[in-house]
Amino acid sequence: MAMADQPAGKSFRLSMLLYDTRYRSMTIQIIMLAAFIAGVAWLLDNMYANLAAANKNPDFTFLSAPAGYDINQRLVEYTSQSTNARAWLVGLLNTLLVAFLGCIIATVIGISVGVLRLSKNWIVARLMTVYIEIFRNVPVLLWIAFLNAILSETLPQPKDFKGEDAEATMSLWNTVIISNRGVFIPEPVFLSGSAIMLYVFIASIVAIFAFGRWASKDQETTGRILPTFWIKLAILIVPTLIVYFVMGQPVDWILPAFEGRGAFDANGEPYTKGIFRIDADSGINIRRSLIALCLALSLYTAAFIAEAVRAGIMAINKGQSEAAGALGLRQNRVMSLVVLPQALRVIIPPLISQYLNLTKNSSLAIAVGYMDVTGTLGGITLNQTGRALECILLLMITYLTISLSISMVMNIYNNSVKLKER
Amino acid sequence: MSQEPYVRTEMLEEQPAPLGQTGISKWMRENLFSSVSNSIISGLAILVVVFMLYEFLPWMLQPSWGAENLRQCYDDPNINGACWGIIRDRFNQLMFGFYPHAEQWRPLLAFALMLVAIAPVLFDKLPRKMMWFSAVYPFLGVWLLWGGSIWGPLMVLAGFVIGYVVNKVLANVAGNLIALIVAVLATLLWWLYGVGYVSEMLTGAMPVGIAEVDSDNFGGLMLSITIGVSGIALSLPLGIILALGRQSDMFIIKVLSVGFIEFIRGVPLITLLFVASVLLGFFLPPDVTFDLILRVIIMVTIFASAYMAEVIRGGLAALPTGQYEAADALGLDYWQSMRLIIMPQALKISIPGIVGTFIGLFKDTTLVSIIGLLDPVGLIVSIQGTADWNGVVWELFTFIALMFWVFTFSMSRYSMYLENKLKTTH
Repeated sequence: MAMADQPAGKSFRLSMLLYDTRYRSMTIQIIMLAAFIAGVAWLLDNMYANLAAANKNPDFTFLSAPAGYDINQRLVEYTSQSTNARAWLVGLLNTLLVAFLGCIIATVIGISVGVLRLSKNWIVARLMTVYIEIFRNVPVLLWIAFLNAILSETLPQPKDFKGEDAEATMSLWNTVIISNRGVFIPEPVFLSGSAIMLYVFIASIVAIFAFGRWASKDQETTGRILPTFWIKLAILIVPTLIVYFVMGQPVDWILPAFEGRGAFDANGEPYTKGIFRIDADSGINIRRSLIALCLALSLYTAAFIAEAVRAGIMAINKGQSEAAGALGLRQNRVMSLVVLPQALRVIIPPLISQYLNLTKNSSLAIAVGYMDVTGTLGGITLNQTGRALECILLLMITYLTISLSISMVMNIYNNSVKLKER
Repeated sequence: MSQEPYVRTEMLEEQPAPLGQTGISKWMRENLFSSVSNSIISGLAILVVVFMLYEFLPWMLQPSWGAENLRQCYDDPNINGACWGIIRDRFNQLMFGFYPHAEQWRPLLAFALMLVAIAPVLFDKLPRKMMWFSAVYPFLGVWLLWGGSIWGPLMVLAGFVIGYVVNKVLANVAGNLIALIVAVLATLLWWLYGVGYVSEMLTGAMPVGIAEVDSDNFGGLMLSITIGVSGIALSLPLGIILALGRQSDMFIIKVLSVGFIEFIRGVPLITLLFVASVLLGFFLPPDVTFDLILRVIIMVTIFASAYMAEVIRGGLAALPTGQYEAADALGLDYWQSMRLIIMPQALKISIPGIVGTFIGLFKDTTLVSIIGLLDPVGLIVSIQGTADWNGVVWELFTFIALMFWVFTFSMSRYSMYLENKLKTTH
């Protein structure tokens, strides 16, 4: 900024507030602040006048009143007698659930598609391009509604499973029901002794990390490369499995059933003995709305992630992979040891914003009737109590908190992998 | 010890390339079957493509264009797949919503004129004088779509003329800054108090106009384009201002800009649309009411401008500091340096992001269906609910998806063209 030297001793004049660069920014800022405060005051004044006219002062007591409606998808205990605040919590958890699942699926699909799009195989690269262009150029709301409609159309209805010559049968050796109401999977029942399994499982996760550190130290000293992936997988599964059988199979599975009729074995007898049993209303129901929403959000977001991944890989200088090749590294090691770690730095910032977008887009759940926080707090609670102002305010604060937390966590991660410059 | 170097005296005869090194077989070997694993993958991919075509082509190619309802498609033995009659039957609704039939030339004309108006912005080979039409178009477009007396839009347009004249006259008398402030004030006063009165008087004296069309009748693709194009046109300038505010040295302006941008980017658009549909009335004086479409446009603009600001900030940050310093060294003031040096470069850098935001905005216009406006997505439910087309899914969704796809895909292609054209490096 130009800072013209003013002749010393020149007295202050009012016009200097506008024309003197030393004071002008002050003047502008004060005017802006005054205008901002005046604008907010005007809006608030209007709001109080309108609320007073409608005899509705801002009031958050409705949160502790009974909600009076049911939520079919819930992760915590909830009945229609629970409070509105509880409904808010249920909705919030549903939002987080779909966002969490969506982010994981989107990342997996997105990275695979992004890498495959750079494949030397012409037809694979083309297929991926087609996928990306189709999915990211059509509104996500349309995808959500479309997938929901497709699932509802193509999957068998519950009544198809009934009767002697049922049109549809259960999948995976009669343990899973795939219907257009949702996917029903067996529900575990933990009997005594299953706690030990849990401890063993936690211990094996700790062991995996310990092994990983030991393996990389071992590699640095001796140059030996162990098949770490398979060993880690074995550590994860085998001890728990052994304990499971040693303890006498302490986990029962409740098989899914439709309206009293459930799983049947090959002879038409219901499973009632052994580790499988059925109850009247049993199994875990993964609802169609959740599946459609999750799938649509992740397929849509994956197209963007794939583009980010492609851009990140292309941003790495070709010399890097050539140098790695000259060192004698194989193609997949060049990718995993040289190119991807560098590309990650370019990929992570857009990845963060895609995660944020997915989370915010999950608010479109309302279109398929999935009860996320927009559906409970901003939907039914708002309509039943008529507290539009309070509900939307809380809704915005909820989303702001989620967004800011995600970007904070991801920024910490971003800083940890960022190129350290001196 | 020297040796006579070997020098070839005559050229070898040209040989044909070895078989399998030319044409399609070479291309296929290099691109599809370069190794065993590659061949397997290619085979699988080809299978996928063939399966898709096998499933969808017969489904799509059905002589069902004339069907009056879904029942006819089921009953006709020749039709064993898509029932395209719905598109023919509902095409008008999907395009115009419930816009009166007799008046539908107006949105069509508005759309055609819009293409003319944005042409000089998109392609710089066209004569610059066309920009004048682009400047007038917003008022013309609003008038064509909503109708009514022509004097309203004309008088709003007159506000700019008034501002310009006041600025010109006062600039010689009272200095640039004061002239500008007075001109802005005069324009605002004219819009707030003058326009309504004067245009009513003129309408009374000289009624020139076309039939008014209520916002409730807007729908279909026309509604999406109306909201999308207004949002796009308004969010770019707002985004530039916000980006400059965020980069500003002035603390208060920076804080206000950052707060606004982060707040808007932290909440989903649907909450802002809820605000537009149920809450905005609370914040306005009791007797003031807005049109719902206008409220939605305002909210969509605000939403997109925050994203736009971030994109442009990226462009500003990517410019080397030397550019700012050089502009200062030339003695340009802040606005001159921004207008002549910084912005042209920063905007060029951020073209992909800007167009990406535009595309996002256009796709986000579908969200208005959730607050009850009848854009194509909103029409799906009402069409599925009719007796004739009860339960139709694939044809309708495919067609609407295709409609959006054509627009967004051409936008992204244009952005690539622009990037290439403006590229100054080699």
